[in-house]
Amino acid sequence: MPENALPKLELKTALAAASGNAAPLIEIKKLSLFYGQAQALKNISLSIRERVVTAFIGPSGCGKSTLLRCLNRMNDLIDGVRIEGSVRIGQHDIYAPDVDVIELRKRVGMVFQKSNPFPKSIYDNVAYGLRIQGVKNKSDLDAAVEQSLRGAALWDEVKDRLHTSALGLSGGQQQRLCIARAIAVKPEIVLMDEPASALDPIATARVEDLILELKRDFTIVIVTHNMQQATRISDDTAFFYMGELIEAGPTQKIFTNPRQKRTEDYVTGRFG
Amino acid sequence: MPPNQGNRTHGWMGIHRGHRARPLEWIAERGIFLVALSTILMIFLIFVFVGREAMPILFGQENSALIKPVIPPEEMDRLKPEELQAYLGLSDKAFRQMERETLRELMIVKQEAQEEIPEQLRNDPDAHLNTTEWSAMLLPRQWSGYDEPVYIWQPIGSIHKYNIVPLIIGSLKVTLVGLLVAVPLAVGAAIYVSQLARPRVREVVKPVIEMLSGIPSVVIGFFALLVMASVLQSVFGYQTRLNAFVAGIALSFAVIPLVFSIAEDALTSVPRSYTQAALALGASRWQTAWQIVLPTALPGVFAAVVLGFGRAIGETMIVLMVCSASVVSWSIFDSARTITTTIAAEMAEAVAGGHHYRILFMLGAILFAVTFISNLIGDVVIHRLKHRLEGKR
Repeated sequence: MPENALPKLELKTALAAASGNAAPLIEIKKLSLFYGQAQALKNISLSIRERVVTAFIGPSGCGKSTLLRCLNRMNDLIDGVRIEGSVRIGQHDIYAPDVDVIELRKRVGMVFQKSNPFPKSIYDNVAYGLRIQGVKNKSDLDAAVEQSLRGAALWDEVKDRLHTSALGLSGGQQQRLCIARAIAVKPEIVLMDEPASALDPIATARVEDLILELKRDFTIVIVTHNMQQATRISDDTAFFYMGELIEAGPTQKIFTNPRQKRTEDYVTGRFG
Repeated sequence: MPPNQGNRTHGWMGIHRGHRARPLEWIAERGIFLVALSTILMIFLIFVFVGREAMPILFGQENSALIKPVIPPEEMDRLKPEELQAYLGLSDKAFRQMERETLRELMIVKQEAQEEIPEQLRNDPDAHLNTTEWSAMLLPRQWSGYDEPVYIWQPIGSIHKYNIVPLIIGSLKVTLVGLLVAVPLAVGAAIYVSQLARPRVREVVKPVIEMLSGIPSVVIGFFALLVMASVLQSVFGYQTRLNAFVAGIALSFAVIPLVFSIAEDALTSVPRSYTQAALALGASRWQTAWQIVLPTALPGVFAAVVLGFGRAIGETMIVLMVCSASVVSWSIFDSARTITTTIAAEMAEAVAGGHHYRILFMLGAILFAVTFISNLIGDVVIHRLKHRLEGKR
């Protein structure tokens, strides 16, 4: 697939910055997703702004993770998934037949619920994304690894043992390593699927700080079960229920003055 | 009393019941323990049996020389009982049961047998050699009538030539060809099936390959003998139709399903989270399989190869049917006789307790040792690989 098939999104980024108003980067239109016969997402339309943190909230099984995985087409890996509607990222329909999924995923990174570093050294983990893109120069790799680990607030803890196995790190460190690995390839968007749900409160706080740092450079979409977390880190929030988007808007508004009764019930903890 | 406590013993008395609390479970546990123990015991007994039969050869107590010193029956009384027993080669029990006259008869028979040896053999140095000595079994010898020292396995005839080097070379040759063909194919197929194939393809390919292991080796041997040998000869154009190459390829038919099945399990059990992480970073499926999944599953894949080696070196029937001339040649396009085929082909005609019989058991013991050592090395390597993956150097 040639490089120009999914043109770099930086130009748009620059325009948005110039206008001073974060324009929608991701446009989801009438998206429905089926697992075989079961419909997991129902006719969802949602815009996600650039360089802000957007939180997806909702009770378990409401489709928020599924929607997140639509944004880098990780759902393609599951058999029998059918998708209707469109997802546009920077004007490009990512479900168009000529889209190279691999190129897409280089631009839309992902951090998973359970930290999943490869059983390789810390260095090799962070460098992996660059290596598969063909970066071989040692000093380039060194620089990128250091920058990514600093970006993920992990550098000072691991700089003396870059070449030991990543599985020797603590859970929180592993998750930050996964974030470093995701941002090393310089994606436009970072998707996070409950990145802190398996961490203790201290490690969670560090990951949250990190997310707030990262939003200067990346557009972040995060799925979370934790209402407090959503209020602490997100600018926009979308509430899902039973595969439907109930309400989306600025986090402040969703949590203090929601339009829908169900949203209010959920954010105040009356069900979910 | 609360309704859910109906079955509970009142008070604290119940905790003193020990195994009587759940007698059926206790019996089942003991039963399974006994089964496991008897399995271990059986393997141990096989080991002891093979070792015992091979012992005289291993310690050089057997003498296969055609011409041995003769003690005339008149000198019987000068011998100590132990010396007499050793001279006649009798077991303790048989020796104790025999009358003096019977022993004397035996001495006469022995003397007559030695006297019947023709004159020309009497002057042959080969006839005085104990061919079961380690030097005779491992080093080349210039037998009478030969121009140069050679390695010969020729257990029948007036002089028994027991050089095991041709058999060892034969086994290694066939096993290596078999593994070189089987391992890349099996591991490649395992990667394809576990990582790249669509589920529908996987559901067909996996059972088909595993079904290969259900084919009896005699059938594979038959097929190799009649079909493969001719086809391969017309393709490669070598001289000897039945050779180690054909045997090795036929052998790989038996090894592939084993290696495939274990390697596929190892590759499939690599956590999906690794695959997902790699794909989410923009790795292709091929890169994910090759750079992430295979290195992670390497201990399991290596274990598959070690087991494949054990299967290949132990396989008898396929090689026996395809080729069994004991030539000393490293060329895979020459014939080969493996250790296992030798045992299978010759055990039936070897006299129980004789030197040929004992040599065959010694070959069995060598096989035992080789598989044991290869499994041991395999275990150590697998352990190391695992440690490296888990970051506990």
